[in-house]
Amino acid sequence: MASSLLSPSSATANPASTISFSSSLSTPLPWRPSSAFPRRSGGRRSLSVQSKIREIFMPALSSTMTEGKIVSWVKSEGDILSKGESVVVVESDKADMDVETFYDGILAAIVVPEGESAPVGAPIGLLAETEDEVAEAKAKAAAKSGSSSSSPSSPPASLAAEAPAVTSNPAPAIAQPPPKPTAPADGPRKIVATPYAKKLAKQHKVDINKVAGTGPYGRITPADVEAAAGIQPSKPAVTVTSAPAVAAEAAPAAAGPAKSAAPAPPPLPGSTVVPFTTMQAAVSKNMLESLSVPSFRVGYPVTTDALDALYEKVKPKGVTMTALLAKAAAMALVQHPVVNASCKYGKSFTYNSNINIAVAVAINGGLITPVLQDADKLDLYLLSQKWKELVEKARSKQLQPHEYNSGTFTLSNLGMFGVDRFDAILPPGQGAIMAVGASKPTVLADADGFFTVKSKMLVNVTADHRIVYGADLAAFLQTFSKIVENPESLTL
Amino acid sequence: MQSSFSLSFAPNSSLAAPSPRSRPGGEPSPSAPISLRFCGLRREALGFTPLKQSTSRHVRVPGGRCGGGKVSASLSDNGSTPKSFDYDLVIIGAGVGGHGAALHAVEKGLKTAIIEGDVVGGTCVNRGCVPSKALLAVSGRMRELQSDHHLKALGLQVAAASYDRQGVADHANNLASKIRSNLTNSMKAIGVDILTGVGTILGPQKVKYGKVGVTDNVITAKDIIIATGSVPFVPKGIEVDGKTVITSDHALKLESVPDWIAIVGSGYIGLEFSDVYTALGSEVTFIEALDQLMPGFDPEIGKLAQRVLINPRKIDYHTGVFATKITPAKDGKPVVIELIDAKTKEPKDTLEVDAALIATGRAPFTKGLGLENIKVETQRGFVPVDERMRVIDANGNLVPHLYCIGDANGKMMLAHAASAQGISVVEQVTGKDHVLNHLSIPAACFTHPEISMVGLTEPQAREKAQKEGFEVSVAKTSFKANTKALAENEGEGLAKMIYRPDSGEILGVHIFGLHAADLIHEASNAIALGTSINDIKFAVHAHPTLSEVLDELFKSAKVNHPVTSSVSEPVAV
Repeated sequence: MASSLLSPSSATANPASTISFSSSLSTPLPWRPSSAFPRRSGGRRSLSVQSKIREIFMPALSSTMTEGKIVSWVKSEGDILSKGESVVVVESDKADMDVETFYDGILAAIVVPEGESAPVGAPIGLLAETEDEVAEAKAKAAAKSGSSSSSPSSPPASLAAEAPAVTSNPAPAIAQPPPKPTAPADGPRKIVATPYAKKLAKQHKVDINKVAGTGPYGRITPADVEAAAGIQPSKPAVTVTSAPAVAAEAAPAAAGPAKSAAPAPPPLPGSTVVPFTTMQAAVSKNMLESLSVPSFRVGYPVTTDALDALYEKVKPKGVTMTALLAKAAAMALVQHPVVNASCKYGKSFTYNSNINIAVAVAINGGLITPVLQDADKLDLYLLSQKWKELVEKARSKQLQPHEYNSGTFTLSNLGMFGVDRFDAILPPGQGAIMAVGASKPTVLADADGFFTVKSKMLVNVTADHRIVYGADLAAFLQTFSKIVENPESLTL
Repeated sequence: MQSSFSLSFAPNSSLAAPSPRSRPGGEPSPSAPISLRFCGLRREALGFTPLKQSTSRHVRVPGGRCGGGKVSASLSDNGSTPKSFDYDLVIIGAGVGGHGAALHAVEKGLKTAIIEGDVVGGTCVNRGCVPSKALLAVSGRMRELQSDHHLKALGLQVAAASYDRQGVADHANNLASKIRSNLTNSMKAIGVDILTGVGTILGPQKVKYGKVGVTDNVITAKDIIIATGSVPFVPKGIEVDGKTVITSDHALKLESVPDWIAIVGSGYIGLEFSDVYTALGSEVTFIEALDQLMPGFDPEIGKLAQRVLINPRKIDYHTGVFATKITPAKDGKPVVIELIDAKTKEPKDTLEVDAALIATGRAPFTKGLGLENIKVETQRGFVPVDERMRVIDANGNLVPHLYCIGDANGKMMLAHAASAQGISVVEQVTGKDHVLNHLSIPAACFTHPEISMVGLTEPQAREKAQKEGFEVSVAKTSFKANTKALAENEGEGLAKMIYRPDSGEILGVHIFGLHAADLIHEASNAIALGTSINDIKFAVHAHPTLSEVLDELFKSAKVNHPVTSSVSEPVAV
């Protein structure tokens, strides 16, 4: 970016070939071998530290500190640093402290990003002397981050934190970033990007010059940068994350055992208006979102005599029908991973590595989907036990986010109410949801014309047709049906 | 000025001391209870002037001074011009400064009038601190509701927060009207005459006021205070259209929330508006002529504030540049801002934004005041005054009976400073010398979190220390260590004190953090009262409160106790 600005400052860079950053003020800590080259001695990894690329180490801000957390990088990659400027803020046990550079140069690479920790002495960033070395430094940084940043801490040579916060540090220049490198483009094509768009571009390493602006007057908006980076458009954080990922579920499910009637009151005189609870609002929002997904349904009758017989056997051991069905679905999903996949932004399949069965539960006038994680791997008894815990937690509103929003496939069962079939709405982010009706004795005629009575339940799966096609779903249901009809495998 | 009050009056020696007959205008009214005069119920005396012109002398007993048994009169009246005045004190400008002065004047028993050409309340109440606090109250809540991370840490869940622009604007407007009527009523209730019109000084102790097309009224007053305040300063080349290129006057009406707004100037006003606009969804670009944002703040506080208030928000900035030309949006074109390098004056960049807010400071509003009639020349528009707010004329002489307070004198452009200056002037005209210590006046910037300060910044203190040869120490405490701040999950913040380790004198305190604006007063009071750290550190603070941040601060200061030195003496002997 600021290429035109770089060279003059780098020319003035200190030629002395120390690796170090050193605090302008801090009293030398006893262990610091001033400007030695501890890294060289090791010979581990080819940290061929050349004079022009300096490492920025995690400083020891107190005698007890072994690891530090990067609160924020004051500078971004590509920024020009001059002596005495704050580069990074490191959290210690007492306060956040600024770490200042003792050299001029360019912050070539950030090895340890914001929010992460590194042991004292570990490199957290690279400082290049001139623009030419930036690429080299970047390559080095890539190698470094590849081999995990938690490398053993070699004696930190020369890092520099501002002296502990209690005493003030009058000398260093007040860190003010140099004027933003919004280089005055002299060409006719002037890039106009909003402040946040620029920030995002920097954050996601998007070259803003290559982004096409779609905003007013052709300016580059944050959405343009996000599109260029191929990331999810950032909505106001609240709407997205604070809402519990609640089951997308047909309204009847909520109306079932729920005490208060959740559906919107009809606009009749005398009607009472009860605002949504947070959970209800989230349900409402998820339901609306489902409208943007092209979904379809496939129904399948499943004979349950064998399952019922198994259920009677294992019931005394605490196994619930929910666990049985979840296990059966999970086992079927193992064979049909596409049904366990999800569609991201209408562009790709995302195959989930785990099979997490979310089960819709109506609770306290709301609807939530506790998740049985790795339902294919856990045995029936563990699964049942897990389920009990989850329901308990859901009742007491203590579910952790990962316990209700990590589902990859949802199961909704209204069979206990005698519902023979129903249609579920696909929750956002999932590929399919299974609606299970009641198992009822049904008269069947076989090929020879003999009538028998068997228990049949109707299973209806709603799926995202962008990724799951009719044949996929049919095959999945067939597998599911076989598992349920021969349920011995469930207990294995 | 002091001398003019200490006149004795031999011929009327019988009046001396607590005599009730020292009523101005010689209204004897023996029936009137003594207490009445002493309490200075001037309304009773309203009609006396035309009747009693013949009275040989104008002798006044300001209520506040009766106890001392002295009677004061103005020198110029004595023996030379036998006349009385319509008012003891006339204040031109009913802003916060004028209001503060008027209230105190009445308390001191002065017959007071206040002239206002616009609306009572001035900038602060109508176009400044007050409505902006309403907007900031909204922005603070929006910020909380949008801070998913923060809410989650508290265990709260809030669905999408949104706002209604008109509702927000109404809140600001309603607040201004409410405070305005409070202010008006508070003056009316105690008998301050509110005279409507533009006030012009005609000569010594004489003011006219009136509206366009109406005959002017001329009134006389023993003392006059100029408190005409200021207006937003708009540099040359900037075309303000009130819609897309605006000043704080327009911005406070919140007629629109642009997607992208450039704010020219990163002082208090610019910072507060950046807080409002970003909370309401705008992106902001700061344009600052100096090399760093937030000039005027203590550098360390500024640095931290930038890390919290600027960097994580949708804000970018250009420093070291002047906006030489700003053209409002029209004909399908955006607002265009031309920037030049502040030092080299070379063209630097051109910005295209949706709106521009000019927050480059405020210019004194002293036009039409008639200062030429008394040979006063303004300096860059400011009325020159001495440390007692006495107006200085073109020859460097004091203009008797004329004072100037507030933004119009430019000493410290803060509403409460104006009020403090007004009170100081009233103290002087009622015979008590008073010099306001401006270093004890706190200032605050109501961002989220807030910034507040009193006294010197660290560089200023160090410079002063070097000149005067004393030592300076700095103590700091973090909000991270404060229980209440952590309970609020608002641990981001710093309090910093600059002090003299030899005497324990507090030179400056700077706070950035939750409720900093409310916390600063313990420090400003200590400075105003000259309290040493050695004393204040023993004062007890309720636990757990944010005030403990200051408690910690005082306790962490290392003052060389005089005790230590005396202890060392015996050793030497």
